[in-house]
Amino acid sequence: MIAEMGQYALALAFALSLAQVVLPAWGARRGDPVLMGAAGPIALALFCFITFAFSLLVQLYVTSDFTVVNVAENSHSQMPLIYKITSTWGNHEGSMLLWVFVLAFFGALVAVFGANLPDRLKALVLSVQGAVAAAFLSFILFTSNPFARLVPPPAEGRDLNPILQDPGLAIHPPLLYLGYVGLSISFAFAIAALIEGRIDAAWARWVRPWTLAAWIFLTLGIAMGSYWAYYELGWGGWWFWDPVENASLMPWLAATALLHSAVVMEKRDALKVWTILLAILAFSLSLVGTFLVRSGVLTSVHAFATDPARGVFILAILTFFIAGGLTLFALRASELKQGGLFAPISREGALVLNNLFLTAATAAVLVGTLYPLALEALTGAKITVGPPYFNLAFGGLMVPLVFAMPFGPLLAWKRGDLMGVAQRLMLAAALAVVAAVVIAAATTGGPVLAPLAVGLAVFIMLGALTDIAERAGLGRVTARVALARLAGVPRSGYGTAIAHFGVGVCLLGIVCESGWSLEKIASVKLGDTVTIGARTLTLDRLENRTGANFRARTAVFSIREDGAPQGTIEASRRMFAARQMATTEAGIRTFGLSQLYVSMGEESPDGHISMRATYKPFVTLIWLGAVVMALGGALSLADRRLRVGAPALAVQPDEVLGDPVLESRARAISAELRCMVCQNQSIDDSDAPLAKDLRLIVRERLKAGDSDAQVMEFMVARYGEFVLLRPVMSWRNALLWAAPVLVLALGALAAVFGLKRRRAAAPQRLSADEEARFKTLLAEGEGHPPEGR
Amino acid sequence: MISLPLFAAFALMTAFAALAVLWPLSRVRATRAARDADLAVYRDQLAEIARDAKSGRLPKAEAEAARIEVARRMLAADAAREGAAAEDPGRAKWRRRAAAVFAMVFVPAFAAGLYGVLGNPAIPGAPLAERLAAVPDRSDVAILVRRVEEHLQKTPNDGQGYEILAPIYLRLGRPEDAARAYAEAIRILGPSAMRHSARGEALVVASDGLVTADAARAFADALALDPDEPRAAYFLGLAAEQDGRKEDAARIWGQLLARAPADAPFRPLVVAALARVGGAAPAAPAAAGPGPGAADVAAAASMSTDERNAMVRGMVARLAARLESEPNDIDGWLRLVRAYGVLGDRDKATEALKTARAAFKDNAEALGRLDAAEKELAPRAGSGDKG
Repeated sequence: MIAEMGQYALALAFALSLAQVVLPAWGARRGDPVLMGAAGPIALALFCFITFAFSLLVQLYVTSDFTVVNVAENSHSQMPLIYKITSTWGNHEGSMLLWVFVLAFFGALVAVFGANLPDRLKALVLSVQGAVAAAFLSFILFTSNPFARLVPPPAEGRDLNPILQDPGLAIHPPLLYLGYVGLSISFAFAIAALIEGRIDAAWARWVRPWTLAAWIFLTLGIAMGSYWAYYELGWGGWWFWDPVENASLMPWLAATALLHSAVVMEKRDALKVWTILLAILAFSLSLVGTFLVRSGVLTSVHAFATDPARGVFILAILTFFIAGGLTLFALRASELKQGGLFAPISREGALVLNNLFLTAATAAVLVGTLYPLALEALTGAKITVGPPYFNLAFGGLMVPLVFAMPFGPLLAWKRGDLMGVAQRLMLAAALAVVAAVVIAAATTGGPVLAPLAVGLAVFIMLGALTDIAERAGLGRVTARVALARLAGVPRSGYGTAIAHFGVGVCLLGIVCESGWSLEKIASVKLGDTVTIGARTLTLDRLENRTGANFRARTAVFSIREDGAPQGTIEASRRMFAARQMATTEAGIRTFGLSQLYVSMGEESPDGHISMRATYKPFVTLIWLGAVVMALGGALSLADRRLRVGAPALAVQPDEVLGDPVLESRARAISAELRCMVCQNQSIDDSDAPLAKDLRLIVRERLKAGDSDAQVMEFMVARYGEFVLLRPVMSWRNALLWAAPVLVLALGALAAVFGLKRRRAAAPQRLSADEEARFKTLLAEGEGHPPEGR
Repeated sequence: MISLPLFAAFALMTAFAALAVLWPLSRVRATRAARDADLAVYRDQLAEIARDAKSGRLPKAEAEAARIEVARRMLAADAAREGAAAEDPGRAKWRRRAAAVFAMVFVPAFAAGLYGVLGNPAIPGAPLAERLAAVPDRSDVAILVRRVEEHLQKTPNDGQGYEILAPIYLRLGRPEDAARAYAEAIRILGPSAMRHSARGEALVVASDGLVTADAARAFADALALDPDEPRAAYFLGLAAEQDGRKEDAARIWGQLLARAPADAPFRPLVVAALARVGGAAPAAPAAAGPGPGAADVAAAASMSTDERNAMVRGMVARLAARLESEPNDIDGWLRLVRAYGVLGDRDKATEALKTARAAFKDNAEALGRLDAAEKELAPRAGSGDKG
């Protein structure tokens, strides 16, 4: 009965979503306030029904009702309650229902908190939202029905994918979906504005809080996913450049750009066309992400449902919304009136620069993700675009962007004084240089550029603090006045500074982790000790443990620093019977901001286990930085003005070469080679048997006296270009390498021409007549409380 | 059929959905025109500029320029005042009626139609705890199996339990589990030709009909214990065929047929297999038994459909007669039920099932097999009956 009620609730929700498309749009067209007013209640009812259906599905999971196919395939009666609940969305059908649930949630939020919106805009926004909901509900009902039944029911479910049996599943997908789907609101606002043909500064103020909310969730969702991969997949990597990670990064970059351009639009009535386009693109990119994960065109850890029929359906939805949105944009964009004027060196100019680099970075990620697919379809050639490409292309675009970041907020609107700003940043820059020099002197080893990168991170963080100090006029006015001004800085001002500070924190973590991590790979037996940095790890015990639906083999190490005991660390391998799958549970101990990371590999018959221990200095800053960014966003959102609106262990000890120089060369080469059965993992990181063979070949060639280049040539000759993670610079790959540069250059050209056209003097004063009309309008507002109080 | 509580729940949900659309249509609401909304935002911006200027965060000249800009926006917003078209009230009324009809007719009809395609109101929900707590009956084979499994977890040396479970696993489409259960039975109860060859068969099913090396070893073990075990011989022949050793296969199957009694149920299968590898079946010792002899099968191949049906019916009648006198032949009963099913004679099949159940009322394994046979009888139609 419960399953059938859920099925019927979804059918009703589909009918209501169609009503939500038709009635408000009809009302808006005819100017009928009653029909437009139906949008809100319908959106709320839609939310009720989807919530109801979703909670019924959760109920089915909790009671292990195996007459439902979805439950039988993805649950197990012995799982702890929390995993029974989370497995509701740990599969394709359930996660799509969560997707639509979040979509309806945002629709309901607009219905409730959109009281300040003009009727027509609100009706159109909800109508567009309804269209997105209808499309995805039909996708669920016709291709991925979570309430499909099963007769006769089995006595036990097939269990949730063991990798997903983790608290991370309770947090990561909901957060990420809140981000992805939240962008649908920005999209709906853009489409509604295009239909209406009216876009002004007020629009930007209304759309900004929704974009900001989505951005906060997306930031946290990506960070959470990264941390989850870090501790669950067992080799300590926190970013793979996996296509699905890229799919989440692209909307994030576009949303970040949108946030910044919306500021310009709100304050200065400029960049309107561009902002609308970004709003359409941001949601389009999140749809592309959904498509990539669900269709099976790409293989990845995340691609748990690959079915061509579903892929075609999603592709149709994708095409409809993206092509429809862009067509509408092309038709209407020319009608939009250009607004405020500004000089190239100004706050607006800085924000344009920000948009330029973020867009180019998005293009770099997009091209890198899709290039192998396109090339294979067109020429049949298989190449791999892996971390070396992304690190170079993406990193190359991010460095100038983050360097310019402290300057932006300090520049004045319309016409800024770059020299003045540079002077005010002198202190921050000087301290950053000191930090870089100190780091360079204090550390040995690590990449040459690492101390410089630390300096850059420090500059960003101090730059953010400088922004706040400048706003208070610290040093120029008395302490009391400064304090009063500090209190008067709007929350969004603090939000900006904190979010920018978070970028610096994140960068610092990335640099320290990739520059100065210590790693030890060893084969140990009971009582053996491994030294890593200042600490030693001793294998104390090997235990068998039993979980609710798995058996685990656990290695317990005791940690000592200079002989002083510091507790224990446990790494284990779990075997899940229902799916006959093993997972690696890494042991992680946090010391200050740094972490010790231990994972265990196979156990040999003579009682040796292979282990990999890594000391990652300041690694937690990567995720803390993201949390700080989100915190800045949240503070900005709280501003009342806005209220208006699996691989285990890779390199095995027995593979390691005796000669450390040769071994380090082997590791460097391996990092550039792809494990061809995995997605974007280097053979160094993969524990697939193929990867092991490749690693051994590399070492054999090196021992035979080959140079690095010869080894690479040998591998390419044998396995083709596909084996290289960094695509070679060739004519065929020219587009791949050129794309980011091209986008940057084109964008810069457009910006320069755009700015030239509108470099203008101060605004014309109001005439006496205009002044009088303005006064009347102001007075008209005296009756109402001003917005947002 | 849809149950009353479910129907009531559907009706309630439908009413709620229709009301959600109807209710706003009956309301007169205050409107918020774009102009007022815009002006409110700009007033707010002006207030912000004034605050910043007052606290000294914004220089005077900049504040004045910003004020002028916002003022211009206000004037523009005011000028763009929408023509509040005084509409003919009749048209508005008509539109709202259409919307009401939409709510009352389209929403329920659409949802009900969609549910009609997707829903299965006849299948009751069955939470696991409820199924485990229910009086054990034979309609839920999966749960019976689960009970035996739980029992075996507590008493892992109950070989009999594994022996009973294994064929049920096989019938439920869990051949790996069946193979494991037979292995346990062999471990506890000791090897026998039947157990080895049954384990081999489970392994073959698990690898989609391929006789793997592991399975072949099991069959060899079976033949070592009992050279006359027909199943092992048949599968070893199949292994030879799959390896491309056709002569070996023909030899193994030929010997099997030569030794097998004339009424052996597996005879037609082996004859057909033998024909595949080009071997001729040796004549059956005596063609008097109820099973089809090689000659019967050969004859059947050249008959018309009607003639063949007549022949099959004849054989089925002979089998039924035999079972009446020897009701303890479970394989015979199963064959009979399946034969009736193939002939489309559901009533007789049901009757045979009933008689067989009575004969085996103390034998859980046999009952499980009968249940499975009943399911095979009507893969789709039978499932809804339980609702």
